[in-house]
Amino acid sequence: MDEAVKFHFVVDGNDFTSAGQASVQIKKNLRQLGIAPEIIRKVSIAMYEGEINMVIHAGGGEADVLIYENRIEIILTDNGPGIANIDLAMQEGFSTAPDNIRSLGFGAGMGLPNMKRYTDAMQIDSTFGKGTRISMTVNL
Amino acid sequence: MKIAQIKELLDAEIVCGEDMLEREVYSACGSDMMSDVLAYVKDQAVLLTGLVNTQVVRTAVMMDMVCIVFVRSKVPTEEMVELARESGLVLMKSRKRMYEACGKLYSHGLNENGNCYG
Ligand SMILES: Nc1ncnc2c1ncn2[C@@H]1O[C@H](COP(=O)(O)OP(=O)(O)OP(=O)(O)O)[C@@H](O)[C@H]1O
Ligand SMILES: [Mg+2]
Repeated sequence: MDEAVKFHFVVDGNDFTSAGQASVQIKKNLRQLGIAPEIIRKVSIAMYEGEINMVIHAGGGEADVLIYENRIEIILTDNGPGIANIDLAMQEGFSTAPDNIRSLGFGAGMGLPNMKRYTDAMQIDSTFGKGTRISMTVNL
Repeated sequence: MKIAQIKELLDAEIVCGEDMLEREVYSACGSDMMSDVLAYVKDQAVLLTGLVNTQVVRTAVMMDMVCIVFVRSKVPTEEMVELARESGLVLMKSRKRMYEACGKLYSHGLNENGNCYG
């Protein structure tokens, strides 16, 4: 395995206002590393959606970003309630978000489909009642 | 379309980014649902929204947008303004409602590659 540049973030689940800070930071980091703007945009949108999901649906979690020579990997892990039906959750428009979240601008059921759209590979491992791990890859 | 023209058309007031009014905008989208916005990446876009919270600015930052218009005279918070300044985003507020604001921009040519929805 080639050596990776790594970034680690703790995503606070109690503060909706600060959700997305890790994604803003990773955007800066990738820019400093000289990664192409279209790649940065894909990575940051996918991570942002995942970060918001961890805050809204899972009480927070952790994010790791690994930059290899030929790809960027984003790994999001949480100890939230898990996703009961992953196929259903992946459908555009499916959301269990309550009304108060919708009034904050989220809960359209577009986050997971967006994460898939902007990445080259995505895998969801979720145990109902235990937590969720989502790994995404963007090729360079 | 220049940001200055958007300001004119929408009779808007600049909240921050006065020095960037000459920048070009190529597309627009209007929505209060951030994941809907995040689904359609366009270059140098303007976001029209009636939603006011930090995530609106973060969403625009993630998308490399250049400008956010708050419709119905919504006022962004200080934290939002700070984040926008840091990221080089223009913020403005207009008294117009979403439908009219989108219609104005669309009918003045911000439609070629843009999608104005919501
Ligand atoms: N980390 C997670 N832990 C538990 N459930 C999740 C998690 N991420 C997503 N889900 C579930 O999958 C559903 C679909 O997620 P998705 O991100 O597509 O939509 P949303 O978050 O509800 O709305 P949007 O992303 O459009 O704001 C969520 O409503 C939720 O039930
Ligand atoms: Mg989501």
